[in-house]
Amino acid sequence: MSLSGWITIAAFFLCVVAMTRPLGGYLQRVLEGQPHFLGRIFGPLERGLYRVAGIRWEEEQSWVQYATGVVLFSAVSFVVVYALLRFQVLLPLNPAGLGPVAPDLAYNTSISFVTNTNWQSYGGETTMSHLSQMLALAVQNFVSAAVGIAVAAAVIRGFARRGAGTIGNVWTDLVRVTLYVLLPISVVVALFFVWQGVPQTLHGSVEVTTLEGARQTIALGPVATQEAIKMLGTNGGGFFNTNSAHPFENPTALSNFVQVLCIFALGTALTNLFGRMVGREREGWAIFSAMALLFLIGVGVTYWAEAHANPAIAALGVDPALGNMEGKETRFGIAASALFATVTTDASCGAVNAMHESFLPLGGLVPLVNMMLGEVIIGGVGAGLYGVLLFAIIAVFMAGLMVGRTPEYLGKKIEAREVKMTMLAVLCLPLVMLGFTAIAVVTGPGLSALSATGPHGFTEALYAYSSAAANNGSAFGGLTANPFWNLALGIGMVVGRFFIIIPVLAIAGAMAAKKVAPATSGTFPTDNGLFIALVSGVIVIVGGLTFLPALALGPIVEHLTMLRGTLF
Amino acid sequence: MTIVRTIRPALVVFLFLSVVTGILYPLAMAGVAGYVLPRQAGGSLVMKGDRLVGSTLIGQDFADARYFHGRPSVTVGPDPADPSKTVAQPYNAAASMASNAGPTSRALVERVAAAVSRLKADNPEAVLAGLPVPMDLVTSSGSGLDPDISPQGALFQVARVARVRHLGEETVRALVDRMVERPLMGWLGEPRVNVLELNLALDTLH
Repeated sequence: MSLSGWITIAAFFLCVVAMTRPLGGYLQRVLEGQPHFLGRIFGPLERGLYRVAGIRWEEEQSWVQYATGVVLFSAVSFVVVYALLRFQVLLPLNPAGLGPVAPDLAYNTSISFVTNTNWQSYGGETTMSHLSQMLALAVQNFVSAAVGIAVAAAVIRGFARRGAGTIGNVWTDLVRVTLYVLLPISVVVALFFVWQGVPQTLHGSVEVTTLEGARQTIALGPVATQEAIKMLGTNGGGFFNTNSAHPFENPTALSNFVQVLCIFALGTALTNLFGRMVGREREGWAIFSAMALLFLIGVGVTYWAEAHANPAIAALGVDPALGNMEGKETRFGIAASALFATVTTDASCGAVNAMHESFLPLGGLVPLVNMMLGEVIIGGVGAGLYGVLLFAIIAVFMAGLMVGRTPEYLGKKIEAREVKMTMLAVLCLPLVMLGFTAIAVVTGPGLSALSATGPHGFTEALYAYSSAAANNGSAFGGLTANPFWNLALGIGMVVGRFFIIIPVLAIAGAMAAKKVAPATSGTFPTDNGLFIALVSGVIVIVGGLTFLPALALGPIVEHLTMLRGTLF
Repeated sequence: MTIVRTIRPALVVFLFLSVVTGILYPLAMAGVAGYVLPRQAGGSLVMKGDRLVGSTLIGQDFADARYFHGRPSVTVGPDPADPSKTVAQPYNAAASMASNAGPTSRALVERVAAAVSRLKADNPEAVLAGLPVPMDLVTSSGSGLDPDISPQGALFQVARVARVRHLGEETVRALVDRMVERPLMGWLGEPRVNVLELNLALDTLH
């Protein structure tokens, strides 16, 4: 560990805090339909679109209509992406002449991108034509992120409104978030990435003769535009197989710093949007603080763990000073790799700039735990906020039980229906993560995909299903997904997305209809340190109780065997 | 007709957003980037004389003792004898790949042990001088295309390169020192040496 490494982490955190309010304010203008610069330019286009689509844009929707819209839009997305991948061989912009994507892989990839997971069972440069990258995958990078933010906005409206029957209009939310938030920021970020060295070209590849006279084929493509939205929309699906470790995706320490900032930018802004819309920004900062606490612990542990050399390698007489460099890039070193790994799994991004599979057991434990906790530490765009609100409901419910009062959040009574919906959402994730892992490690097709044996192999399976259900998309990359895995991971991703979105919208609908009870001396305040501690405590305790046995079989036992010098 | 009424917004909005984000955005940006930042947009390619020798961002498989070597790469390529199989092809920039070896993998430790022996055999002067084996020169990178090595990794090879090229060690060491890229503002990023740029500069020394 070095001073410059800690400065990098501190500077990152300060930048995140500094961006939260301005971005939150802008999100509010866009989502509440207030006038803003881009709206004045593109407003006529937007309203023209609504007329063609038959959308009554001034009308709002009930939670059922809103949820129906989300599901329909995702279904259309799935069908189109699947078709594009299957037929890419007949379509233009395929300079490498790549064949159709296999059915199970196309199914897995479509679900993966539609659910904002971006799990990649394929190597980008060897599987996807440029048209598939742009029209199938990059589009989903935008719209699946927009769906997340839209749902979060609807949920926030549910908490903010009193005696209301509607929670917004799904179509205007989707269009505005894409046109006025995701796209303009992506344009700026993409240009920045090009300046740093990320290619943006329609050429497929270039042939060079190296200094020693060998031929080298260098894959190129429209990388920068995909890179920008990949981070900003917490998607994580790389243009190239090795994602943000590839020098063309992430060429410098500065591009890396901006990438991690982009991952957190909108997630933190949504906490501020929450505070603004419920009328007290402090409520947003309380949620942010609970998240920030868990983030800082996670990044500290990962950095500490990875700064150690693998003892088996140090024993060969290798200088341990650089830390665990297997699977890491020289330009990033340990600090920037540990920061990236923590951020990408706190949020549901899943991009990687170093190979998590090659992390030391405790270094790899943190990303795994981040995903198991449901990615509520900042979290995916939208998904993080509506995820953490579920834990906030559990927190006030528990606080209510302890003092014997009806639990309230923001002046609204939390009743049986809300708690049931919350538990449905909170229980779905571990069911998928642990259930599928259990099946995978006792069946032939499940085991045949694993690259490692011993506890590391178990962790590989556990990591994959955690990543899928949490809609993260990062992997212990040694795993080679076969049809069984593609199918099971696809189910995991759908459950992880829609079994959260639908209950959470139901909660929003119920909350919107409630009246607000005036605060009394007996009201449990939800903007102070006690609440922050309670929320982060609930997140850790629920996660810990659920996952500790599985973690003990994986990374923890691997750490102990590593210290004993056992190899597999 | 309810079905049509329900699904029409989904279809039209999807189509509209696809055109904007999937076609206009990347194509317009390719145009702008190609005009404003043509070198970077095209892949940061470098020429030596009139020959395209690579990209400064993509590592190359240096094996000749005259050149500084990069980190081990585990990328593979199609087997020339049987294209359905793959063989080791370090620094294959058409198919990036990492080892994804776990920390308790026997294969990893054996591979690193072999790399340590090879590195020591290649650089007897460094071993004699008691320089420690740099971690980056025996571990494979995340992309398999890492263009950089650590300054320690370059210094470890100075004596060998100087010997093979009949240059003074100080000359080569001074070149390495000059080629070290330091962290931005003193803290952002790791000190590193771009191997291709170092070797290009080396070829201009006499």
